[in-house]
Amino acid sequence: MYVAQLTLPERRAALALACLVAGLGLTMAVLGRDDLLGTHGALVIACGVVVAIVVMRGFYAPSPSPERLSSYYDDPTRAGIVFAMIWAIVAMAVGDWVAWLLVSPDLTFDAAWSSFGRLRPVHTSGVIFGFGGNALIATSFYVVQRTSRARLPDQVSPWFVLLGFNLFCILAASGYLMGITQSKEYAEPEWYADIWLVIVWVAYFGLYLRTLARRKEPHIYVSNWYYLAFILVVAVLHIVNNLAVPVSLGHAKSYSAFAGVQDAMTEWWYGHNAVAFFLTSGFLGMMYYFMPKRAGRPIFSYRLSIISFWGITFMYMWAGSHHLHYTALPQWVQTLGMTFSLMLLVPSWASATNALLTLNGAWHKVRDDATLRFMMTAAVFYGLTTFEGSFMAIRPVNSLSHYTDWTIGHVHAGALGWVALITFGSLYSIVPSLWGKRAMYSPRLVEVHYWLAIAGTLVYVISMWNSGIVQGLMWRTYNDSGTLAYSFVDSLVAMHPYYVMRAVGGLLFLIGTVVGAYNIWRTMRTPALAEIGDFAEAPARAAPTLAAAE
Amino acid sequence: MTHDFLVWFSKSFGLFWLMAMAAGVLVYTYWPSNQSRFQQAARAVVDDEDKPWR
Repeated sequence: MYVAQLTLPERRAALALACLVAGLGLTMAVLGRDDLLGTHGALVIACGVVVAIVVMRGFYAPSPSPERLSSYYDDPTRAGIVFAMIWAIVAMAVGDWVAWLLVSPDLTFDAAWSSFGRLRPVHTSGVIFGFGGNALIATSFYVVQRTSRARLPDQVSPWFVLLGFNLFCILAASGYLMGITQSKEYAEPEWYADIWLVIVWVAYFGLYLRTLARRKEPHIYVSNWYYLAFILVVAVLHIVNNLAVPVSLGHAKSYSAFAGVQDAMTEWWYGHNAVAFFLTSGFLGMMYYFMPKRAGRPIFSYRLSIISFWGITFMYMWAGSHHLHYTALPQWVQTLGMTFSLMLLVPSWASATNALLTLNGAWHKVRDDATLRFMMTAAVFYGLTTFEGSFMAIRPVNSLSHYTDWTIGHVHAGALGWVALITFGSLYSIVPSLWGKRAMYSPRLVEVHYWLAIAGTLVYVISMWNSGIVQGLMWRTYNDSGTLAYSFVDSLVAMHPYYVMRAVGGLLFLIGTVVGAYNIWRTMRTPALAEIGDFAEAPARAAPTLAAAE
Repeated sequence: MTHDFLVWFSKSFGLFWLMAMAAGVLVYTYWPSNQSRFQQAARAVVDDEDKPWR
């Protein structure tokens, strides 16, 4: 259905790219026939062949009308939203499984692939890259076109970026289950998947710049700055942290180019900036566009948004070493990371305050409209989490919080409360018009999703705060003879009730996501616009979409 | 390149370029003639935009 929108040369290019990917897969399969690399080669062949078949099936469809050039190109955004919701359900379900595994370790059912160490990265990569990444790519295409008042420059490269990125996610998740990992947190995929992501990411960067170059607006709106920082810095981080030498071209295994504490520092320079530029910068781009749009009010202070942009971009770069307090890392590097983490509170709160002040005069909308409330709550959680993060980076605080569940609670306050809520709010605000509908299928289900998400996040975060502080205190309590009062197993027993609560909180959040996906799916499938009324462009926009979907 | 040189370089040049960058950002942000462009950009987002300008 999407192929019909491509011109004939674009269909040829798409087919050639799909065959090229299948050819790369064949090379991997042949070179790695004695290794797990061969299995991944077969997977790449399968993905390339599926795309080639889809293109061939629509190859002789009539050429698209030139009319298409007078509208934005939103097909990749639609597909990206669907991918994001699929990844969200799968990865959050695996996350809840992992949570129950900590309650009851027998839930691996005696299989190697379902052990904690393999499932956990499926959850983290699935939610960060699968859900977050697809949502970022989809919304960035949407926002850059509208703020530039220009259409994407071509119709093949957005698909290359979106599908190529999802191939990377599939390689990552399937690799973990088979035991392929380079054991760097949030950068687990091995060298061949990393090289593939570099190619995809450079194409993404080029596409974004080419679209901006076509812009009709004199000024580049601040959302694009945040999206661009996300794309550019993630490329730099990814390339440097994944520098490695493979055992051979026929093996999945590689060894890092860094050793010892340098390796740890590079990893956490990457890891914390993945939080900064993958999980913050891009989502701030979302917030600066969709929140003013939905509230119907321009951002409170555009100047403040510029200052916070440069503050976040330059200070985050230095904060990574706070992950390595009390390690072999030199003391001054730890102090540097701590200091920059504290200073980061200023631009972070500037963004959160800017967002909340934008809502002044629109609070009645926040009350009535769950979509805007998603975004408002996201801004509140952003403020809370950045405060907590700066606090936890202080070395003595870190001595209590590090290695405990407090860290897990902090991450989920950010990932659930900020990243997921701003994403759901943004998706709910564009899904109806993208599929030519007047509103979501059920506003009431949006409301249900909102309250499930809030309940899930609060239960999750509060139970992890409790268990984290209990853990931290038990590990540092000494008895009269100067030895530890509690064994590690004692602290594990004390965690049990909190782990049950956490798994329940995660389940609530997961149910909310399923409700959201169902609502989006029903909105897509609603046959026609029931009431047209004040939505004047609706028939023109709805007609081609429906023809393509059926 | 020696360790001593690197420390000297990061403690001198490193400090100044960060300060210079901060000053540059503030000057750009508060330059009076930029104000109208910023406000126009902020307002343009809220306006309806259903088609590219051609």
